[in-house]
Amino acid sequence: MTSANLLEVSHVRRTFPRGGGEELLVLDDVNLTLKEGEIVGLLGRSGSGKSTLLRLIAGLARPQGGDLHYMGAPIEGPAQGVAMVFQGFALFPWLTVLENVQLGLEALGLPQAEIRTRALAAIDLIGLDGYESAYPRELSGGMRQRVGFARAVVVHPNILLMDEPFSALDVLTAENLRTDLVELWGNGKLPIKGIILVTHNIEEAVLMCDRVLLFSSNPGRVSSEIVINLPQPRDRTTPQFEDYVDQIYVEMTARRVERMRQAQAAGTAGIALPLVHVSPNQISGLIEALAAPAYDGKADLPDIAYEQELEVDELFPVAEAMQLLRLADVEGGDIKLTHMGRRFADGELNERKEIFSRALMSQVPLAAHIRRVLDERTSHSAPKTRFLDELEDHMAEEAAEETLKTIVSWARFGELFSYDDDGAMFSLENPT
Amino acid sequence: MKILPPVSIEARRLLPSRWDLLAAVLVLGFIVLFADASRSLVQPLSSITGRDLSLDPWLLPGYALRTALRMLLALGVSLVFTFTYASWAAKSPRAGTLLVPLLDILQSVPILSFLSVTVVWFLSLSPGRVFGAELACVFAIFTSQAWNMAFSFYQSLRTVPEELTEAGRMFGLNAWARFWRIEAPFATPPLIWNMMMSMSGGWFFVTLSEAISVGKTTIALPGIGSYIAVAIAQKNLAAIAYAIFAMLVVILVYDQLLFRPLIAYADRFRVDNEQSEEGPESWALTMYRRSRLLDVLTAPFEQMMRWSYYFHPPSFGVRAAFRDEGSRIADYVWYAVLAVLGSYGAFRVWSFAHANITWGDLGQAVGLGFITMTRVVVLIALTSLIWTPIGIYVGLRPRLTQIVQPVAQFLAAFPANILFPLAVSLIVYFRLSPDIWLSPLMVLGTQWYILFNVIAGASAMPKELRDASDNFGVSGWLWWKKVALPCVFPYYVTGAITASGGSWNASIVAEVASWGSTTLRAHGLGGYIASAVQAGDFRKVVLGTAVMSFFVVVLNRLIWRPLYWLAERKYRLT
Repeated sequence: MTSANLLEVSHVRRTFPRGGGEELLVLDDVNLTLKEGEIVGLLGRSGSGKSTLLRLIAGLARPQGGDLHYMGAPIEGPAQGVAMVFQGFALFPWLTVLENVQLGLEALGLPQAEIRTRALAAIDLIGLDGYESAYPRELSGGMRQRVGFARAVVVHPNILLMDEPFSALDVLTAENLRTDLVELWGNGKLPIKGIILVTHNIEEAVLMCDRVLLFSSNPGRVSSEIVINLPQPRDRTTPQFEDYVDQIYVEMTARRVERMRQAQAAGTAGIALPLVHVSPNQISGLIEALAAPAYDGKADLPDIAYEQELEVDELFPVAEAMQLLRLADVEGGDIKLTHMGRRFADGELNERKEIFSRALMSQVPLAAHIRRVLDERTSHSAPKTRFLDELEDHMAEEAAEETLKTIVSWARFGELFSYDDDGAMFSLENPT
Repeated sequence: MKILPPVSIEARRLLPSRWDLLAAVLVLGFIVLFADASRSLVQPLSSITGRDLSLDPWLLPGYALRTALRMLLALGVSLVFTFTYASWAAKSPRAGTLLVPLLDILQSVPILSFLSVTVVWFLSLSPGRVFGAELACVFAIFTSQAWNMAFSFYQSLRTVPEELTEAGRMFGLNAWARFWRIEAPFATPPLIWNMMMSMSGGWFFVTLSEAISVGKTTIALPGIGSYIAVAIAQKNLAAIAYAIFAMLVVILVYDQLLFRPLIAYADRFRVDNEQSEEGPESWALTMYRRSRLLDVLTAPFEQMMRWSYYFHPPSFGVRAAFRDEGSRIADYVWYAVLAVLGSYGAFRVWSFAHANITWGDLGQAVGLGFITMTRVVVLIALTSLIWTPIGIYVGLRPRLTQIVQPVAQFLAAFPANILFPLAVSLIVYFRLSPDIWLSPLMVLGTQWYILFNVIAGASAMPKELRDASDNFGVSGWLWWKKVALPCVFPYYVTGAITASGGSWNASIVAEVASWGSTTLRAHGLGGYIASAVQAGDFRKVVLGTAVMSFFVVVLNRLIWRPLYWLAERKYRLT
């Protein structure tokens, strides 16, 4: 092991217990190194295990297999010199800004005078001057996250862990904070040796990181690593920047779309495909946007994400649902309406429902399966648990719940079958 | 701040589990054990018995002070209990499976039963002196205060935001420091609210806990409670009026010097990130804050706490973080200990029941239980019918709310049993049936929980919903049915659970009421237990207590818990 590596993660495996003694694999064979002076981004969709990995590095959880080493020593708990910035800020509402920042220093048992000078210096550095005696609830989101940064920086950590630190902020505030942080980092003003940034925002990763690790889901794995060779500060509008963004979009969609095709090809066995909840309205909305003259049925994913102000986490599921229903093709970072997709865009509401319903029957094995069961039963109804149990043979409980929720909302739109939440029953009857 | 009812509502399952059974056996076993011991130990206590307290009003301030101190002491003990018991239940899943149902059972046991079976043991701690009786009294007050506080703290600990805990661990706070800097502050606002409720509970039973009967002897500890008891026995109306006044003063002083400052102080511990338009204020808190003396007095303590936070195990909190997988051996040891305790408890209960209780006794107690249950159900329904519309009316008018809410809280704190003499004389005068007309006394003190929970619910009703219903011209019965009642339902359920639990406990004082030599008895389980305690019949005390716990716990599980979850699932607005 070389001492220049701040952090070494090798062959890490993490599972969560599931009902019936089974285990759900969330991280599988993950490797990662962090060198001094680096910002490494962990980029992936929600549920890809990137936050889990961050918690393992933070020492807040422990892996089932593999090793984690921080400065050459195995990580067995929260280590001194690793600080974290949280997505929801995690500020203590009953402590003032100053007290929040001082917290980590007090835990180190430093003398009061030093605690105060260092805390004030950090507050100064992060641009919180004048807010020392404010309580977090008096601050805006951006200022709150600055407190989160100051609190982490003040302990002079070797590694700064950031868990989607900008995702709870509005676009302008987030950009403002990112630029400030990159600038401080570039000037060498931050008393930090390396940063790990968890994010699902592709542009944020390209903007800030030296290297980006792409995570694929189920189980979480590092699918590829992309080195961003651009000088700081970076300009979002340069073609090189856009090339990196495009490259990542392609990498992130290709794998999922391939899996979906396989599942559909597998017929009835295809009910094992977990669905991410997307409402028919979102699908209609994206189809309409694509059909508009500006795109004329075909668009670059990054472009349409930007135009429609969609986060990757919002765009990808919708695009994939369209792919699944054969309303659009997702290929090589592009999305293109199919023939059916065009007809959907041109149709009236009833025609749309008709198209949607047919797409469900022919392309979504689970929807067809439920409809078949309801048709076969004399009562034309079936309890939710019947399908839930079936799904849980193939996927985790939450995934099964979400898949059914998605099917219900799609089937309601397509008027394929109905669902009564109070009694948890599927049926063919609609209130007349 | 969301107030939760003081019963376990965490699990959604309907039927009592075997953990409930084990908890019941343990509590009952404990009571049987003490009851058995008490029977052989009863001895008169010469120094403070047989001598009536003087009803001289000039002695009242002294009595009031003693009562107030006892309550404060009991509150302190309850706090210690809360911090340890609830933390243990919340931190250790293994212990929690037993401790939570245990708390459910404990809060269903009437305070008089605790008092009657333990008093002999307390007295034996210092034979022939008042000290033991004082201890017993403080213990009795403790049993009327501790359980809901523990529930509240437990429920808070279970809902501490994960990110806050993680942040604490990342910044190197050890478990001790995390408790005092994260968990305890987070749990403080609901805990203070429950402390106020507990205080009311303590007042309600003050006459019971100060005038302790053991068999034929009665020990009257100097205090407001005993003063009232003597005044009732002597039919001295003036003395009762003095006592009411003294009580009002004490409650007011507590409110101004302890609870107001606490509430104002705890406002900072709210976790919602909203800015409150107008935080609670307290002149006493301002005084405490400005006084240098208090700073000087608390400084060493604060310094000590700070030092204690620095203490780290050699490996910087390492390993302690990973106990979640738990060790098998500890599991087995724990279950073995429980099995032994459980079987011992079951054996004691069985042999006690076998030797002392016939099926006829059991049938009688259960029958009386049904009578009391009917009373509770009818009265809760009646008070709901009265207070829900009033609460909604008040809650929708912010200015009215500001006036009514504190009054309702004060009324809940006011010991309604002080009005019993009035009720008794009226019943006797009009020759009414005690079985019916004593009943309302059960809800005199507890109905206010329904009122101020409904007020809270109505004032939390989103402005948009009200505007929408106005806009669509929804009014009259339709408005009540579709808008107002569903909106307050979750709050109502919390209030009704609290009120129902309180009413069961109050049945002990309400089903037997006296004025001078006249004693009115209503048929019911509460009266059954009260009479048994007076007669020193431990056999019936144990039986009555067990039956009452059974009723309360089963009702909670079969009716209140499902209602609570229905409210949470369907009607929760936020």
